[in-house]
Amino acid sequence: MTAAVLQNVLASVGGLPSIEFSSVAPSIILALGGVLLLTVVSVTKDKLPVWFPAVWTISAAVAALCTVFRLWIRVGKWGNLSLISGAVGLDRFSLFVIGTLCVSVVMGALLLEGYLRREDLEGPEWYVLLLLAAAGGTTMAAANDLIVLFIGLEILSIAVYILSAMHRRRMSSLESGLKYFIHGAFASAFLLYGIAMVYGATGSTNLARISTFLADNVITQNGLMLGGIALMLVGFAFKVAAVPFHQWAPDVYQGAPTPVSAFMAAAVKTAAFAGMIRVFVLALGPTYRDEWRPMVLALAVLSLLVGSVMALVQTNVKRMLAYSSIGHAGFILVAVHSSTAMGTSAALFYLLSYTFMVMGSFGVVAVVGRKGDGHHQLSDYRGLGRIRPGLALAFTIFLLAQAGVPLTAGFLSKFYVIRSAIDSGDTALGVVAMLAAVIAAFLYLRVIVAMYFEGEPGDEVAPVKVPAAVSVAIGIALAGTLLLGIVPDPVTHAANEATAELVAPRR
Amino acid sequence: MTSSALLPLMILVPFVGAGIVALLPARRTELFRPIALLTSIVVLGMAVFMLVNFKVGDPGYQFESNTTWIKDLGISLHFGVDGISLFLVVLAAGIFPIALLGSNPDHDPKPYYGWLLVLLAGSIGVFCALDLVVFFVFFEIVLVPMYFLIGLWGHGRRVYAATKFFLYTMFGSALMLVGLIALAVLHQKAVGGPLTFDLVTLAREQALSTTASRWIFVAFAVAFAVKVPLFPLHTWLPDAHTEAPTAGSVLLAAVMLKLGTYGFVRFGLDLFPEASVWAAPVMLTLGVVGIVYGAICATMQKDLKRLVAYSSVAHLGFIVLGIFSITTQGIEGGILQMVNHGITTGALFLLVGMVYERRHTREISALSGLQSSAPVMAGVFTLVMLSSIGLPGLNGFVGEFLALLGAFKGARWWGVVAVTGVILAALYLLWAYQRVFHGKAEGENAKMRDLTWSEGAVLAPLLFLIVFLGIYPKVMLDRIEPSVKALVVHIDRNVEGFDAKDVTPKIAPAAKGAEHGGEG
Repeated sequence: MTAAVLQNVLASVGGLPSIEFSSVAPSIILALGGVLLLTVVSVTKDKLPVWFPAVWTISAAVAALCTVFRLWIRVGKWGNLSLISGAVGLDRFSLFVIGTLCVSVVMGALLLEGYLRREDLEGPEWYVLLLLAAAGGTTMAAANDLIVLFIGLEILSIAVYILSAMHRRRMSSLESGLKYFIHGAFASAFLLYGIAMVYGATGSTNLARISTFLADNVITQNGLMLGGIALMLVGFAFKVAAVPFHQWAPDVYQGAPTPVSAFMAAAVKTAAFAGMIRVFVLALGPTYRDEWRPMVLALAVLSLLVGSVMALVQTNVKRMLAYSSIGHAGFILVAVHSSTAMGTSAALFYLLSYTFMVMGSFGVVAVVGRKGDGHHQLSDYRGLGRIRPGLALAFTIFLLAQAGVPLTAGFLSKFYVIRSAIDSGDTALGVVAMLAAVIAAFLYLRVIVAMYFEGEPGDEVAPVKVPAAVSVAIGIALAGTLLLGIVPDPVTHAANEATAELVAPRR
Repeated sequence: MTSSALLPLMILVPFVGAGIVALLPARRTELFRPIALLTSIVVLGMAVFMLVNFKVGDPGYQFESNTTWIKDLGISLHFGVDGISLFLVVLAAGIFPIALLGSNPDHDPKPYYGWLLVLLAGSIGVFCALDLVVFFVFFEIVLVPMYFLIGLWGHGRRVYAATKFFLYTMFGSALMLVGLIALAVLHQKAVGGPLTFDLVTLAREQALSTTASRWIFVAFAVAFAVKVPLFPLHTWLPDAHTEAPTAGSVLLAAVMLKLGTYGFVRFGLDLFPEASVWAAPVMLTLGVVGIVYGAICATMQKDLKRLVAYSSVAHLGFIVLGIFSITTQGIEGGILQMVNHGITTGALFLLVGMVYERRHTREISALSGLQSSAPVMAGVFTLVMLSSIGLPGLNGFVGEFLALLGAFKGARWWGVVAVTGVILAALYLLWAYQRVFHGKAEGENAKMRDLTWSEGAVLAPLLFLIVFLGIYPKVMLDRIEPSVKALVVHIDRNVEGFDAKDVTPKIAPAAKGAEHGGEG
């Protein structure tokens, strides 16, 4: 009632668009969840139990996930929509990405719960930032307008900058936050400058309008447009940590609190790739694909090779995973490069699989880091197979999955990517990607070797405590990794249906 | 064709066994061995059932079953055996109980038996998968248990050997994965319809251009060449074989080494007949190089187990020679030799393992005169060794002879060079035997225990097969031949200018011309 009145008033005042709130429910639930959590906790002071923020966060993410399912059915019935005068696109692509982000929030909150208790850092702020970051990510995923996309990116990034610096007793955490912030600010500036140039060239920031404009007009002096494309690509490449814009990633992943690294690797990558696909494959795909594809090709090949080769020489497991995530970004770039609906589905499947694999991996890393989050050398994994066979087996499965061993999600996600590459005629790129995967396999084997084969049976191994919440998170990740590899049909079906579309705003 | 649940069950049962092993607490050490044994014997029972019910004279796939796995990729769990794969499945099922009985892990029995059962499931699956992706899944999945078997229960440089083994194979299969996806995608683009990875469909329709199929054949060939292993991709094998625990070596020899040669027959010749004929000279050359090089290396080895490992390189060279002679005899010989090599080399590894258990060394120079302290073992060793050399009357002879016969028909000069390998095999094995078993036994060697009854019982089935298949190989040939003939006819039909030298009924030139339509 009041909302309707308010809308009427607003509409009469400035001709504001009517907003269909139910269609942007996931973002609202996440954002509101974050803000409410902060309010509730500050009002009640210390009266709430310690587990309250985590449970709250998980409930918010699950609620958002439920609305995603509801919207999925609705989109199937009514077709893709554009909302808020074309600023937000509601299609199955964005819903798939939002769903993936919700999953990573659930696992991230569980990892944080165990981690914060061990490190005596309990507080609601972590969860507030987590929810806000996810809200930013979902905004990006559904953005149909470059400005909305940028706002989403900033909400996401700023929350994650702070999260990486939140372990206030560790110097490296503070350093990581600062480094991420400075690099990220550059990336945002690049992206924004690119957006401005594209706006200059096409006269709009709306993706659908840009797409139509480019289809209807041939820009004879396209320097501005090309510059804009290049700068936007640089911005996105920073965010997904693609070579040569990756230098921040190893330092930041290493320094950030481990659950935050997990969230960064999974959610930030997912959201950034979603934005990238919307801008490049959807808006610029039909007209400018010959211009941006070579650039993405270069990024993909460099990320694959540098990511896997550099990962080999690391001795710090978090750094290793950072480099390996650069390699995985290369794989997803291969899917983006094919610039087809098949490539988009491949990227989506990869992102969901990677969310499970990498959250699980970092989950194990978080507990092996032990109190102080400092035990991340390869040698700290010695004998883990003896003292914690279950944990070691889980880590082994996550690592083998990342290497692409069959019956895991990692195999099928690589399969889809290679298929999309071959389908668009880039067999050579497929070969490069698989060879990079073999190089990367060596790195995963190194960790397995440390866990199982090194050290003598009698060696003293510092005990590793696995909090209940973390084991739940690892369990979810394990189930996801194996189920997507063994019975992938429901998810691949969804990924295939999740074609993105730019719907022109209603006038 | 009616659907049969036999093959899926044979794959599922070991997985279930592995699951049970995984769920039991690690301190119940006495339970794991019986569970593993029981599982493998159940699988063997099913394999025997299959062997008995196999229809002789039918060239097609039997015991077929087909279930959709991943719908939108057109991947289905399609299993079936024909004459080419029948004995490999039976061999895999048969060698597991023997490997289990023949050796014990010195620590951690739970993961040991768990991994062995996973390996069993994978080994069965890989030989009866008729879908490219499913084959690939099993082809890769067998790596993981073998990696852990070598890495955890191996000797000496086990970590190095295990990692090398894993990476070499992974390198090959990476290319194969790209190749098989390219094959399916290009096939779909040429034929239309849904994507399919079904071997039978892809082999029948032959929709790819010559260039594309040659490239894809190369991608497959690299993967198989690593597995065979062919010179120069063989260097993982001596390391893996030598450092693996006895059961691991036996299974490597009996099952894993067959993946490459089996792949060449099933996925090389069948899917890419034209490319196989095109690449045959290279493959034959690599095979012959393997025969001679493997034999020379074996001669120079100081470690008994390494010697046997290099002899495998030579034996597998014969198999490749037979297969790529692309004649019925050659391919039949190759398949026979695959099975025989599994039996013979499996037995050799068991024997070497038994020597090692007693003497804690495999150095040939440290062993001597074992004949006097262990006469029964020496006798058994002699028999197995003669089979490995290829003495007429024993199983090794039949396969090698047929492979050479095929080579003389299809690829004469390669056959001529390959024959020297037979002589070299006699040289390195007899010389090794002489150094280890003859001479004067001193110190530890004089006190060495002879074969126990239980060890003899483990070896007995292998010895029986060595003699039986040497005298009466017809039981195998009757079942292998129809499928091989069909394969050669398939090649003959799809390759212009190829003359299958020994296929009856021969396809008349006129019919062949008509089949190729306007091209000729």
